[in-house]
Amino acid sequence: MDLANFASLSHSLPALLLAFSVVAVFLLDLVIEKKEWLGDIALLVVAAAIFLVVMQLSSETGTLFHKSIVLDEFGLYFQLLVLLSSFATIWMSLGSREVRRLNQGEYWAILLAATLGMAYMASANNLLMAYLSLEFVSLTSYVLAGYSLHSRRSGEASLKYLIYGGVASGAMIYGMSWIYGLAGSLEFHAIQQALAGLDASGQLALYVALILTVAGLGFKISAFPFHMWAPDVYQGAPVPVAAFLAVGSKTAAFALMIRFFLTALAQPGGGGTYEIVGGVRWDHLLLVLSALTMTYGNLAALNQQANVKRLLAYSGIAHAGYALMGLVVLTDDGLRAMIFYLTVYYLMNIGAFLVVMMVANSTGREDLASFRGLAWRGGALPAIAMAVFMFSLTGLPPLAGFIGKFHLFAAVVKEEFYILALIGVANSVVSLFYYAKIVRTMFLDQPEGGEGVVEVDMHNGLLLGLLTIGTIVLGLFWGPLFDFADRSARLFVG
Amino acid sequence: MLTWMIFTPLIGAALILLMPKKAEAAIKWVALGATVPPLIMAFQLFGSFDRTTPDMQLVQRVAWIPAFNIEYYVGVDGISITMILLTALLSTICIVASWNIDKAVKAYFPLFLLLDTAMMGVFCALDFFLFFVFWEVMLLPMYFLIGIWGGPRREYAAIKFFLYTMVGSVLMLVAMLALYFYNDPHTFDMLELARRAPTYSDNFQRFAWIALFIGFAIKIPAFPFHTWLPDAHVEAPTAISVILAGVLLKMGAYGILRINYAILPVGTLEFAYYFLVVLGVVNIIYGALCAMAQTDYKKLIAYSSISHMGYVMFGMATFTQQGIDGAVLQMFNHGTVTAMLFLLVGVIYDRAHHREINGFGGLASIMPFYTGWTAFAFFAAMGLPGLSAFISEVLVLLGGWRYYPVLTVISAAAVVLTAGYMLWTMQRIYLGPANEKYLDLPDINMREVGMLVPLAIIVIILGVYPKPVLSLIDVSLTHLNETVLSAGQGPVASATGILSAR
Repeated sequence: MDLANFASLSHSLPALLLAFSVVAVFLLDLVIEKKEWLGDIALLVVAAAIFLVVMQLSSETGTLFHKSIVLDEFGLYFQLLVLLSSFATIWMSLGSREVRRLNQGEYWAILLAATLGMAYMASANNLLMAYLSLEFVSLTSYVLAGYSLHSRRSGEASLKYLIYGGVASGAMIYGMSWIYGLAGSLEFHAIQQALAGLDASGQLALYVALILTVAGLGFKISAFPFHMWAPDVYQGAPVPVAAFLAVGSKTAAFALMIRFFLTALAQPGGGGTYEIVGGVRWDHLLLVLSALTMTYGNLAALNQQANVKRLLAYSGIAHAGYALMGLVVLTDDGLRAMIFYLTVYYLMNIGAFLVVMMVANSTGREDLASFRGLAWRGGALPAIAMAVFMFSLTGLPPLAGFIGKFHLFAAVVKEEFYILALIGVANSVVSLFYYAKIVRTMFLDQPEGGEGVVEVDMHNGLLLGLLTIGTIVLGLFWGPLFDFADRSARLFVG
Repeated sequence: MLTWMIFTPLIGAALILLMPKKAEAAIKWVALGATVPPLIMAFQLFGSFDRTTPDMQLVQRVAWIPAFNIEYYVGVDGISITMILLTALLSTICIVASWNIDKAVKAYFPLFLLLDTAMMGVFCALDFFLFFVFWEVMLLPMYFLIGIWGGPRREYAAIKFFLYTMVGSVLMLVAMLALYFYNDPHTFDMLELARRAPTYSDNFQRFAWIALFIGFAIKIPAFPFHTWLPDAHVEAPTAISVILAGVLLKMGAYGILRINYAILPVGTLEFAYYFLVVLGVVNIIYGALCAMAQTDYKKLIAYSSISHMGYVMFGMATFTQQGIDGAVLQMFNHGTVTAMLFLLVGVIYDRAHHREINGFGGLASIMPFYTGWTAFAFFAAMGLPGLSAFISEVLVLLGGWRYYPVLTVISAAAVVLTAGYMLWTMQRIYLGPANEKYLDLPDINMREVGMLVPLAIIVIILGVYPKPVLSLIDVSLTHLNETVLSAGQGPVASATGILSAR
C-alpha cells in the first residue's frame, strides 16, 4: 500500500493531533491565566494520541506521503513508547517543583513538539524525513535542556548540547548526502536495491558515509564516543526533561537506527535473519560501538560520586551499548530483544528519574548525599522503588531488567558471539557496583540530619507505583509483552 | 506440595508487610509460623520418599513462558531432600535465633523469609532458568541482611559478597544460554539437558563446565574464590551466618552435582581428575591453617567452614560410592555442626559484645552449661567418632584412598590440624583463669539451648546411625555417579587416562 498525500492524512491522526495541539497550546498560553492547565491539556492530548495509535495497531501496513513515512507495527510500537515517555514526562513535570517554579506555558507546547518529532523518527522511511525529524527533536531538546532560565548549569547544558548536536547533525547530513549520491535515492528501500551492486570504490565511499551517519545517530542514543553531551545535559536539565531525553529521544533514535540499518542497508535473509547489502560490514562497526559504549559507560559511572542524574546519564550510555547488541546480531531474535529491552528500559529509567525528582522536590538537591538514609526518613516507598529500579538496571532477576538482558544475551549467544556476551555480562557485574552504591546510600547509611524528609504525594506516588509494579511484574510474566514486541519486530520494506 | 513448601515463607513475608510496624512480637511469631510448615512438610517428604529409585519425585510442571520453553518445573530426589531438610530446619532455628533483633523488625523478617523461599526454590528447581532465578533472588535479601543488620564493616562485606556471587552468576547465565541454544529443540529442562549429554562436543563441555564451576565454586567457597566468606561471616548477624554456612555454601556443591555432574559428564571427569580433587585438598589444608591463625572467634569458624567444605569437593571428585555419598552427607553434617558453632559464637557475642578469642579466658567456670555445649560442638566439628561429621569424613577418605592415596593421607592429616585449632581455641576461651571482666555473664538461656538441642540430637543420631540420610541419597548418587562414569567412555576421558585409573 502506498498512499498519496490526502489519503495518507487519514492514517496520520496521532501526528495531526499532536501538531494541532502544539499550535493550540501556544495560542492558549497567550490567553489563559492558570498555566498549569496547559499541562493538563498536554497530558490529555498525549493520552488521546496513545489511544489513536493503539487503534491503528494491526491495521494495514504500508507507506504514506510518497513513501516518506511507514505505517507498520514496528513504527507504531515505537510511537507508543515515545508517547508513553512523553506522557510520563508531562505527568512528572506536573508534579515537579522545579518545573512549576518556571511556570511557563510554552514548555508544554515544546514538549508536545518534541514528541511529534520523535513519533516521526519512529516511522521515517527516507533520509530526508529521518534528518528532518531528528533535527526537529534536537532543536526542541536544546530548548528543553536549557529551560531552567535562572540556572547557569541549565544554560551551559543547553549550549553544550547545541554545539555537539550541531556537529553531529552536520556529520550526519554529510554522510547521508554521500549515501544519496551512491544510491540515487532518498528512500530506504530504493537505497537498499541500489546498493546491492556496489563496486569496491563505492563500498569505500559507503563506509565513510556510514561512519558519518552513525555519528549523528550515535549522538542521539549517546553511544561512545558521541556521548559527551549526555552527563552535562542530564545534570543541567530539569529532571523531567532529563528523563525525556534519556528515554524518549533515545528510544526514537534507536527506532530510526534500526529501520535505517535493517531496511536501507540490509534485506531479510530468511529464517529470521538479515543480510547486509552493499558489502560494508556495518555490523562489525556496531559491534565495536556496542562493546565500547557499554564498557565506557559503566567505567565512567563508577567514578561518579556526586550527582545521581549524572550517574544515570552514564548508566544510560552503558544501556545504549547493551541495546545495540540486539542490532549487531542481525536476526529477528536480536531485534525483538532490543524492542523488549527498550520497553523495559523505559520503566526502569523513568522510574529512577522520578525518584530523583521526588528527592529533589523535598530537598532541592540531586546529589548522592541527599539520598542518604532515604529509607529511614519517611521515604521508604521511593527508596524501595529506587532499589527495584537499580537492581533491575543491573539485571537481577526476578526484575524486568533481567529479562531484557536475558533476551539480548540469548540473541547474542545464539549467534555465537560469545566474546560480546562475555563483555556484556562483565559489564553487568561492574554496573552492580555503582547501582548498589545508590541502594547502599539509601538503606545502609544513616541520615545525618539536614537531608530533609521526602514526602510522597498522590500524584507522583501513583506513577511511581505503576512503574515499580511494572518492573516487578514484567520480571515474572513477560510473555504477552514479548509477543507484542515479536509481532512488532517485522519491518515493512518496500 | 513442593510449591507450598517453597512459597509458604513468601506468604508469611507478605503478611508481615501488611502488619503494623509496632507489632514486633507478632511479626516474629508470624515469621516463625511461616517457617514451621515447610519444616513439617520436609519431614513428611523425608518419610514418604521412595528410596529405591533415582527418579525425581513429586514433580510439578507448569508452563511459565511458553515462547522460550521456560517452565515452572520442580521435583526432588534424594540429594534435594537432604538439602531441603537442612534448609527447613535451619530456617526455623534462625528465626528463633533472630528473636533479639530489634532494628527495623518489619524489614528483617520479610527479607529473611524471602531468602528462605529462594533457598527452597534452588533445591527444588528442575528448570535451569527457574534455578537461576531462585539463585539470584537469594542475593538481594542477603545483601540487605548483611548490609543493614551486620557488624561495623557490614557495607563492605555485603557488597563484596554481592559482587563475588554476581560474577559467578553471570558466568552461569552465559553457560546456561549456551546450553539452551546448543540443544535443539531448545530447552531449560535440566533432566532433558542431562539426557542429551552424550551429544555435546567435548570442547563445549569444557567451556560450559568451567563457566558453571566458577559460579558454584564461589559459593562453596573453593580456594581461591573464598575471600568473600570470612568478611561476610564476620559482619553478618548470627542467624545470617548460620544460613550462610549452613545452607548457602551447600548450594555451590549442590549446583556442581546437579548441573556440572549430570549435564556435563565429560567435562566433569576431565576437570575433576586434575582439578576439583586438588582444590578440595587445598581447601581442607588452607582453611585449617587460616583458622589456626585467627584471633576472631567467628572468623575462625568461617575458615573452618572453608576447610570442611574441602571434604565435600574431595569426596565428589573421587567418583566412588563412598566418596560421593560422604560428600553429600558431609554437606548435611557440616550444615548442622557449623550452625551450632555459629549459634554458640552468637551467644557469647550477645553477652560480651566482642569476639576476640584472647579477650576471654576461663569461661568454663562462669558459664559451665554454655561451655559444655561448646565442647560438644567442637568435638562434632573435629570429627570425633560417634558424632556425625566423623562418618562423612571417613567415607570421603575411604573413597579417596582407592585412587588418590597421597592426597587422602594429606587430608587425613588435616584432621590433626582441625583438632589443633579447635582445642587451642577451647583452651584460650574456656579454660585457664577466669577473666575478671566477665564474672557476671549469665549462662546460656533456654531459648538458646532450644535452638541447639535439635541440632545436637541430629548430630548424635547420624553419628551412630547415618542410615536414614545415606539411604536417602544413596540411590540418587549411585545413579549420578554411573552416569558420569559411563560418559567417560568417550575419547577425551580415555586419553586422559581417567578410566584406566579406575
